[in-house]
Amino acid sequence: MRNKKIKAAAVMLACALAAGAPAAAGAETVLRIGMTAADIPRTLGQPDQGFEGNRFTGLTMYDALTMWDLSSADKASVVIPGLATEWKVDDADKTKWTFKLRPGVTFHDGSPFNADAVVWNVDKVLKQDAPQFDPSQVGVTASRMPTLVSARKIDDMTVELLTREPDSFLPINLTNLFMASPAKWQQFYGKAEGADAKARSQAAWAAFAKDASGTGPWKMSSFTPRERLELVKNDNYWDKARVPKVDKMVLLPMPEANARTAALLSGQVNWIEAPAPDALPEIKQRGFVLYSNEEPHVWPWQFSRVEGSPWNDIRVRKAANLCVDREGLRDGLLAGLMVPATGTFEPGHPWRGNPTFQIKYDKPAAQKLMQEAGYGPNRKLTVKVQTSASGSGQMLPLPMNEYLQQALAECYFDVQLDVIEWNTLFTNWRRGAKDPSANGSNATNVTYAAMDPFFALVRFLQSGMAPPVSNNWGFINNPKFDELVKKARQTFDPVARDAALAELHAASVDDAAFLYVAHDVAPRAMSPKIKGFVQAKSWFVDFSPVTIVP
Amino acid sequence: MFAYIARRIVYVIPIVICVALVCFLLVHITPGDPLVAVLPADASQELAAQLRSAYGFDRPLPVQFGLWLWRALHGDLGSSIATGRPVLTEVMRAVGNTVMLAVAAAMIGFTFGLLFGLIAGYFRDTWVDKVATSVAIAGVSLPHYWLGMVLVIIFSVQLNWLPAVGAGPGGSGAWAWDWEHLRYLVLPAITTSVIPMGIITRTVRALTGDILSQDFVEALRAKGLRETAVFRHVVKNAAPTALAVMGLQLGYMLGGSILIETVFSWPGSGLLLNSAIFQRDLPLLQGTILVLALFFVLLNLLVDIAQAAIDPRIKRS
Repeated sequence: MRNKKIKAAAVMLACALAAGAPAAAGAETVLRIGMTAADIPRTLGQPDQGFEGNRFTGLTMYDALTMWDLSSADKASVVIPGLATEWKVDDADKTKWTFKLRPGVTFHDGSPFNADAVVWNVDKVLKQDAPQFDPSQVGVTASRMPTLVSARKIDDMTVELLTREPDSFLPINLTNLFMASPAKWQQFYGKAEGADAKARSQAAWAAFAKDASGTGPWKMSSFTPRERLELVKNDNYWDKARVPKVDKMVLLPMPEANARTAALLSGQVNWIEAPAPDALPEIKQRGFVLYSNEEPHVWPWQFSRVEGSPWNDIRVRKAANLCVDREGLRDGLLAGLMVPATGTFEPGHPWRGNPTFQIKYDKPAAQKLMQEAGYGPNRKLTVKVQTSASGSGQMLPLPMNEYLQQALAECYFDVQLDVIEWNTLFTNWRRGAKDPSANGSNATNVTYAAMDPFFALVRFLQSGMAPPVSNNWGFINNPKFDELVKKARQTFDPVARDAALAELHAASVDDAAFLYVAHDVAPRAMSPKIKGFVQAKSWFVDFSPVTIVP
Repeated sequence: MFAYIARRIVYVIPIVICVALVCFLLVHITPGDPLVAVLPADASQELAAQLRSAYGFDRPLPVQFGLWLWRALHGDLGSSIATGRPVLTEVMRAVGNTVMLAVAAAMIGFTFGLLFGLIAGYFRDTWVDKVATSVAIAGVSLPHYWLGMVLVIIFSVQLNWLPAVGAGPGGSGAWAWDWEHLRYLVLPAITTSVIPMGIITRTVRALTGDILSQDFVEALRAKGLRETAVFRHVVKNAAPTALAVMGLQLGYMLGGSILIETVFSWPGSGLLLNSAIFQRDLPLLQGTILVLALFFVLLNLLVDIAQAAIDPRIKRS
């Protein structure tokens, strides 16, 4: 009897060792990420859900002609060559650009990346009679490269891009145009059923989204809509230094902050975006690691500059900027999760410049400016700001606005809040301060991404960008800004262009064009087993260098 | 009985048309841009107009409704603006997950609700009644999303016994009926079951108490029937009302709970609605609401028929 027991134990031990040994030797490393998105961002090449979409299903599976350098946590993230190795604008005609393509790159399906693929991908969003034209991808793409008109193949590895007007921002804008595999799409199109070419095209894109093919460092391995996307590393990635070190990445939508936090704390995932702020002490106490860094994001008040607006007086604009204790906001309400904003870009950024107006907390100076403008304790200036109760990038809009309300009250402002639903606020943003939707507000509180010059500066400062064209909500009309925008757009040497943009930014700070309040810091929490992660000053993340230690 | 069923089915037709109209109009009168999912706010008005035309939102509302209804009658609820996937596929997948959750929650909620209700009714005004009633009141009063979070903190974060979120280790697409998958269902099902359990306990308690005080029960006892036989009569008399309440509760649960499904990241119709609302995905929103509303209509029809089958008085009236 005793022998039988020993034998049984020995067999069990052998089985356990046999099962465990290969697992230990070749254990698959899996990065499980809880995203803030409620759904998997679109996987067909041009993701939805803003830059979170680009972060997870754009830059992972796809590449663009140009890309962001995400290797440093200290330096500003700048544009570097991607699928194009070099580019230049035509000396005689500044609307023509030539891009030299990277040789030897293949899509995940094995088909080659070449000039035909670039033209095909431009046509998918710009050429309405192209079979692959997809209206659902137009909005998120064309708006981010507003001057691009068309693409033409010069030879297999050279392509010419045409813009509507001279535009030195094009290489930066092109970080948003991801290259999907035409060969793969064509396979689906060939098999697609539909009443007409448009229906077949839609069916082909729907099939492509389930079995996507790009050139990126990660390949799609399985996709359950609204639940999970599994990506595996692309061993054949063209940049050997960026072949992922982790075998697999699983992306899980978890829109609720407490659910994400619980998933991390219970070990279901090993990485979460935006943990619940009040759980940060527990997350740290349990040994998880918190990361954050300044993001190209601005939490502002955008002033109305239409006739009769109190913000037309520069003393009032400057006073508002000097009356806010941003450090107090950071250390109190936001528990350290913000960077005080002293402009759209902070010192160290190539587009910062040297503004003479220093944005800081200086209440006496603010009060003095307001008194010079004719206001005081007995004659307060009433201003109204439209904001939302929540929303992507809005951080904590209501408490933050109430903080400003209290702070500005000490500088003789009487701030009224007009709180509306986030999507409505977004829609109103396009309509401008003159539209009835502004509801008498003379400022709006819509946060914005400041990744590229058009979105960070031009669309707000150039007079021609007033509604209905773009987001100059307050109808700013400053000839100096227009001149500097033109100069920056028509300066094609990258260093000189950056200098021109810095000049434009400095001018906007000197003019106190916005009430600059905060930059978000993109907090994320992860298991201490995750190593090698670098949180760049960007909306984006490079997952390739991440490792998981046993 | 056949005439009764036919009459009930005929009544359903105008209800369905009204439901469709309300579904369509409700989402159109809400503020916000229906193209917000595919059109960033920084897009120009020109681009917005181009896309509005491409998606058919520039057509008059009655024309849009007519086209939508016509397609819906043919089983086509259109495609999601945000994802491009067919709405019907999206809705049916989500509804499948919600049905699984609702049935699990119903099994827990109805069983304990009936049990507590009958016990409380039979032992009215005793300490047993007070305990059962307290449980029922707690069930109805506790915010279920709060309860869900508390359960997650206890059983997932602190004890690490059950998963906090999701519908299986490989998602609902890889669902299997084993403990590895069922453990994902435990916390959301318990959380979902609490309200129906409370409501059914209170309903059945009141019914049982009411029936027990009626003359026919005295007559049954006077005839010398054993208490189990009396109990059967009580159950039979309480059944139509209890069934109606359970049907409604099941309907509510099949509608999915936005809060519970969000707390547990359960990929059901509540989470789908949540996503559709935040993305202003009109076709998805309309399709989901329509399918869920039709569930209610269908369930009410089934409950009516079941009630008539149990209680002939209903059929006659």
